[in-house]
Amino acid sequence: MERRKMFIRMITASLLRRRSRMFVALLAIAVGATILSGLTMIYYDVPRQMGEQFRNYGANMIFVASAESEGLNTENVEEALSCISDSQKRGVAPYRYETVTVNEQPVIVAGTDIEGAKKTSPYWLVTGEWPSEKGEILIGKKTAELLSVEIDDTIQMTYSAQALENPDQPAETDRSENEDAINMEFTVKGILDTGGNEESYIFMSLEDANELTNGESKIDVVELSLSATQDELNEYVDLISKKVPDITPRLVKRVTQSETTVLTKLQSLVFLVTIVVLLLMMICVATTMMAVVTERRKEVGLRKALGASNKSIILEFIGEGVLLGAVGGLLGSILGFIFAQAISMNVFNSTITFRVLLVPVTIIASMAVVAAACIIPVRSATDVDPAIVLKGE
Amino acid sequence: MSLLELKNVSKIYGSLKALDDVSLKVEEGEWLAIMGPSGSGKSTMMNIISCLDKPSLGEVILDGVDIAKENSKKLTEIRRDKIGLIFQQFHLVNYLTAVENVMVSQYYHSMPDEKEALEALERVGLKERAKHLPSQLSGGEQQRVCIARALINHPEIILADEPTGNLDEANENIVLDLFEQLHNEGTTLIVVTHDPEVAEVAQRTVVLNHGKIAKEVINENFGKKADGKNDK
Repeated sequence: MERRKMFIRMITASLLRRRSRMFVALLAIAVGATILSGLTMIYYDVPRQMGEQFRNYGANMIFVASAESEGLNTENVEEALSCISDSQKRGVAPYRYETVTVNEQPVIVAGTDIEGAKKTSPYWLVTGEWPSEKGEILIGKKTAELLSVEIDDTIQMTYSAQALENPDQPAETDRSENEDAINMEFTVKGILDTGGNEESYIFMSLEDANELTNGESKIDVVELSLSATQDELNEYVDLISKKVPDITPRLVKRVTQSETTVLTKLQSLVFLVTIVVLLLMMICVATTMMAVVTERRKEVGLRKALGASNKSIILEFIGEGVLLGAVGGLLGSILGFIFAQAISMNVFNSTITFRVLLVPVTIIASMAVVAAACIIPVRSATDVDPAIVLKGE
Repeated sequence: MSLLELKNVSKIYGSLKALDDVSLKVEEGEWLAIMGPSGSGKSTMMNIISCLDKPSLGEVILDGVDIAKENSKKLTEIRRDKIGLIFQQFHLVNYLTAVENVMVSQYYHSMPDEKEALEALERVGLKERAKHLPSQLSGGEQQRVCIARALINHPEIILADEPTGNLDEANENIVLDLFEQLHNEGTTLIVVTHDPEVAEVAQRTVVLNHGKIAKEVINENFGKKADGKNDK
């Protein structure tokens, strides 16, 4: 029999035939590995989970026309969107802004994909209904007050291209002198309350906006809500800038910076807790191993009397510890997933992604931590004087 | 040249001389008994001969090497290669089976060989108990496992410290018979005992008192006594 086989036979016998003794050590390692594995899983899943939560705070990326381009259009927007993974798109809303007059009052109209806007701006509070048919609008609270309109009222909007060219001239004069002015009637379906600039706008479908502006198709800006980390967003910005030069993608810093700040703090907290758990695990295992070594002083003395070198004894104890670490690590990586899943369900109300790579990482980390924790107690084991312990003193 | 020679060996603990200028020669193949009351220096002498301790003064020549001058690493090597130890309290590893306990000695010496370990257990009459743990063996059986472990690496000297101290008469006889077989095969045996019956089956007995050799007795009935025991 090879020495290696005998080594494995001895350390497995020590663990299997001394189950009650080793159970405490195994428990300490498994609990440590569970928390380590669980927190690591959360650490890596937090950006995704937080990203989902942050999507409630609006778009985190916008497309605007680059300085040298002729503007955004369906083609270049589609091309830019093709650079982004579909699984990360939570909402895409193109916007076209135009100034129209209602009852002689100039107001800004935003034509958009209403369904896309619902997804990019889930925080909008709508009284009434969202527009769903042609000729229906969502009116900002301030504008509704300005125009004194309520839900189900009908308003007439007038669009005049000339008015846009001479914005300093009074609207009344424009309208009377411009024979090309387009008038359309819209029904107010809902009143929008956001606490922001949106309350000054009127929202309608992009098709209605195009029709109001004489069928001319145009996109001023595209708002995107992406479930992606800051790094991924930056990568998309670089990629789109290179692939679609007509478009300049920009990050909505108000959202992405808040997300990054919260994420950094949360990840730092999880990292700190993980380190503390690792230290506690080391102390616990070291204490247990110290007790195990003390309990086995006679055995160490016997082995030394039989001719074992200090190196052999250290290797045997470390071998036992490493094997224990492997079993504890395996248990911990399974229990850690359950632990992380429970936290994720309670905190984020969503399931966590199982990372297979974490299994070997947890096992190796547990083995390394246990080996490190064994060093001090095992070194003390080699100080045993066989003549004394074998006499039973 | 003697296999083992102690020249003016003293072991001093503070003001106490556990061994006081002891000189002793042990020839190859000899069966020596060391007797004496508690505190006479038997265990100290045993520890020095088995390389578990070093003398304060004097020389201990084992197979031509003065082990008193060697460092602990070298002493471990000498103990592993040349000495087989048998203890009064057996000192078996409690989570290893009988055969594994024998193989542990092989593991530290050279290469573990289960077949050879089983043959050693067969020799002490325990082949059927090879897969039993020490807790499943009687005291006599445990001592026989200890003997199998001591002889597995074919040591030049077997040192036994009160080998029958915890055994009943039947097991004591079995152990002494095994010693006789080993002696007949040419193994050098040094047995520390306080039991005159164990001492009188040896070739020669050295009696220690207050760290000095008080008496040395050659057993003139050695061959006959041994034969007599075998006839029992």
